[in-house]
Amino acid sequence: MLDLPFFLDTLSTLIGGVPLTLQLTVLSVSSGAMLAFALALMRVSGNPLLDYPARFYIFAFRGTPVLVQIYIVYYGLSQFPVLRQSMLWPFLREAYWCAVIALALNTAAYSAELIRGGLNSVAVGQIEAARALGMSRPLAFRRIILPQAFRQMLPAYSNEIILMVKSTALASTITLLEVTGLAAKLISQSYRPVEVFIGAGAIYLTINFLIARLCAALQTALSPEKRAAPAPAQSPETEAPRHG
Amino acid sequence: MQYFQLMGFGPDGWGRDMLAAAGMTIGVSIVGFVAGVLFGCCGAAAKLSRFGSLRWTAEVYTTVFRGVPDLLVIYLFYFGSSSLITSVASMFGAQGFVGAPAFLTGALAIGVVSGAYQTQVFIGAVEALPRGEIEAARAYGMSSFLLFRRVVLPQAIRFAIPGVANVWQLVLKESALISVVGLIELMRQAQIGAGSTRQPFSFFLTAAALYLLITFVSGIGFQALEKRAMRGVRRPA
Repeated sequence: MLDLPFFLDTLSTLIGGVPLTLQLTVLSVSSGAMLAFALALMRVSGNPLLDYPARFYIFAFRGTPVLVQIYIVYYGLSQFPVLRQSMLWPFLREAYWCAVIALALNTAAYSAELIRGGLNSVAVGQIEAARALGMSRPLAFRRIILPQAFRQMLPAYSNEIILMVKSTALASTITLLEVTGLAAKLISQSYRPVEVFIGAGAIYLTINFLIARLCAALQTALSPEKRAAPAPAQSPETEAPRHG
Repeated sequence: MQYFQLMGFGPDGWGRDMLAAAGMTIGVSIVGFVAGVLFGCCGAAAKLSRFGSLRWTAEVYTTVFRGVPDLLVIYLFYFGSSSLITSVASMFGAQGFVGAPAFLTGALAIGVVSGAYQTQVFIGAVEALPRGEIEAARAYGMSSFLLFRRVVLPQAIRFAIPGVANVWQLVLKESALISVVGLIELMRQAQIGAGSTRQPFSFFLTAAALYLLITFVSGIGFQALEKRAMRGVRRPA
């Protein structure tokens, strides 16, 4: 049933789209993380002038489809002559940068809440202790809150990265030929959706599996206290009865 | 001012079309969501079953459809069923490519994807039940079916509401992807309007606002539902 030569041919074509998929993911996740950090700080600032704009941003980007966001950036912005004549236009004209911008803006909204959850998870007593030891607020934030918040949010954040890998597929709707774009092209050329789907699906599952493993390994490396303690050395002295 | 004329309900306003398309978005989302609930029930039942082969199949199902882009699944279903229909049609002497109905294939694709998420939600809800209750029901001599109907189901539904609400929001947003196979829902309608008026920003922003309205209102609805379902539950102070 599965035509093996055709399948292998398809797979090698699809693998050609992996670098673009990874590029889009890395660029949008890393720039989105920076924006998310700023948004999370706005959320926990306690200042309504910062908190409410961040809330609205998160609400708007989480409540609308990524596709709409991509189209607004790619097609929508061309409606404004001011933008078309600005220095930003060489970027905004490119589907590549539009996809990166839209995906980054989108992931920032989801990640901001994850970061906020991480920041809030640090026990108040630890912060009080740091302050009592004479640490300034920024120092306590950097040394006490941030490392623990990062560790706390990492499992949820690895899910977000995987969601972003999946979201890069939408870049194919604005002409980019990453894995899904190539898959769509192959399907419309060959009318053999099953083979193409299996090939593309296998690629995405592999990428997502590797990301999940990488994040899990990082999590273990960052939580020394949760690792199993090394087995105590079995020496005859300790085995010997105390009151020999 | 210009914007309100464009999106208004006058002779050359697009308001009516956009609202109708929003209705289509809600319609296809509801069908996809209901299909997802059914797939989710089957998936959860398979994952909790005694048979290894069923558990394994369900595991593959949830891993694949949660790990692969939704767009790819929509392509699979649309082109897959189209080529199936085409080959059946050519057996009866029809010529050329026959497209599958976009509404059905789109809703089915969304149903299969959301069913994978729904499976996890249902599993979590069943596992949230205190073990003692099930043991107590068994001790009273309830059969498995009665136990499921009287003890597990009523409580699992309650625990599942927040997760189910998340999946609904996901389905609503995913429904935008069905526009790629030509169903005239909100996203496709916005593209049509953007193309014929050369005002893409106005149209896509309007579509975004309508999506936001739908997700916001349904979010409130689910919150009310959760509150009602939880009215008899004592919360730890």
